[in-house]
Amino acid sequence: MARITAGVASSHVPLLGVAHDLNKDRDDYFGPIFAGYDWTREWEKAEKPDVVILVYNDHASAFDMKIIPTFAIGCGERYKPADEGWGPRKVPDVHGHPDLAWHLAQSLILDEFDMTIINEMDVDHGLTVPLSMMFGDVAEWPCKVIPLAVNVVTYPPPSGNRCWALGEAIARAVASYPEDLNVQVWGTGGMSHQLQGARAGLINREWDNDFLDGMIGDTDRLRHIPHIEYLRETGSEGIEMVMWLIMRGALGKRTAALHRHYHVPCSNTAIGHLVLKPDN
Amino acid sequence: MSEPNDIHAYLAEFEDIPGTRVFTAARARQGYHLNQFAMSLMKPENRDRWKADEAAYLAEWPLSDEQRAAILSRDYNRCLDLGGNIYFLAKVFSTDGLSFVQAVSTMTGVSVEDYQAMMNAGGRSPQGLRSKKDPR
Repeated sequence: MARITAGVASSHVPLLGVAHDLNKDRDDYFGPIFAGYDWTREWEKAEKPDVVILVYNDHASAFDMKIIPTFAIGCGERYKPADEGWGPRKVPDVHGHPDLAWHLAQSLILDEFDMTIINEMDVDHGLTVPLSMMFGDVAEWPCKVIPLAVNVVTYPPPSGNRCWALGEAIARAVASYPEDLNVQVWGTGGMSHQLQGARAGLINREWDNDFLDGMIGDTDRLRHIPHIEYLRETGSEGIEMVMWLIMRGALGKRTAALHRHYHVPCSNTAIGHLVLKPDN
Repeated sequence: MSEPNDIHAYLAEFEDIPGTRVFTAARARQGYHLNQFAMSLMKPENRDRWKADEAAYLAEWPLSDEQRAAILSRDYNRCLDLGGNIYFLAKVFSTDGLSFVQAVSTMTGVSVEDYQAMMNAGGRSPQGLRSKKDPR
């Protein structure tokens, strides 16, 4: 039987990909950011997940304004890094796990989560930056990846509560997959940042850390945070944090923290990173 | 439920946040072609044509005169007012060779150096900026 063994949360700022690709990741600016991922890289080498269900948002790369899926699951064999305007990142192609992905898609739809199914797409920094942060410079990614793209660009995005519930449904679906697989769920994006208007550059260290606290233990208070609170407190792009709640929902009633990291700034953004395990 | 189930109440609150334009359906409709134009710059051959003659390239898209002027002058606040979304507009400033920090700082009324210094010092505090009703 497949089992969810851990959850990982991380910001996915594109500049982290640039720093990684240009070997600037240990300089004065990026060093403290990347140092917070060293623990996780060692831990991932020991954990050896078979599959990562990677929750992220596309940033006008695979999806434009023509089609805006709320929840989309990648069921393909292989995804290439997207050309986001300056050429594709020179990182390995991402290999999917179509058997588990289709199992999830079918199970979720029966469970009343009406997923959009994607067979072909390119994946942008939202997906490849977390892979670089967790696995470093590798010739091939060490696991299969099921992309799960969430609309957090055009309002309304899904509610935090719905995201959490989707995570719970993912946990049920993984548990009914017959093959013995070590599955992790990653929630990416955030933390506080605003990339537009006169309020750009907003950072809310106190709120972010309270959110990190809320991911740990048996509280489910984060699922009730309304969009307007993310907007007011964490900037217009802080709404990406609803994606963390899909991961949190998938870990069950209670979590324990294995690792925690927070750093300001990276570009316009507060970096947050958590490694959690289910503690049920 | 973590959201109001009345869409009017949900949307009304967004207008109360200072210095912020939430990318609502109304903005997505207004900016549809503006954002799709920006998206076209994902392709290298389109970037080349755009760089060769920006006005001619824009003429191929059904944009308003205001939208054309806002893009040509790289007035990103105005682009947002006219329905642009930052992730789409990023294709324009990336083609110009600007980073997010460089482009975003142009919307804040301070120099890129001052903006970068603010970020390095911990970013902009939300104090007084949560609501237009906040005391400043």
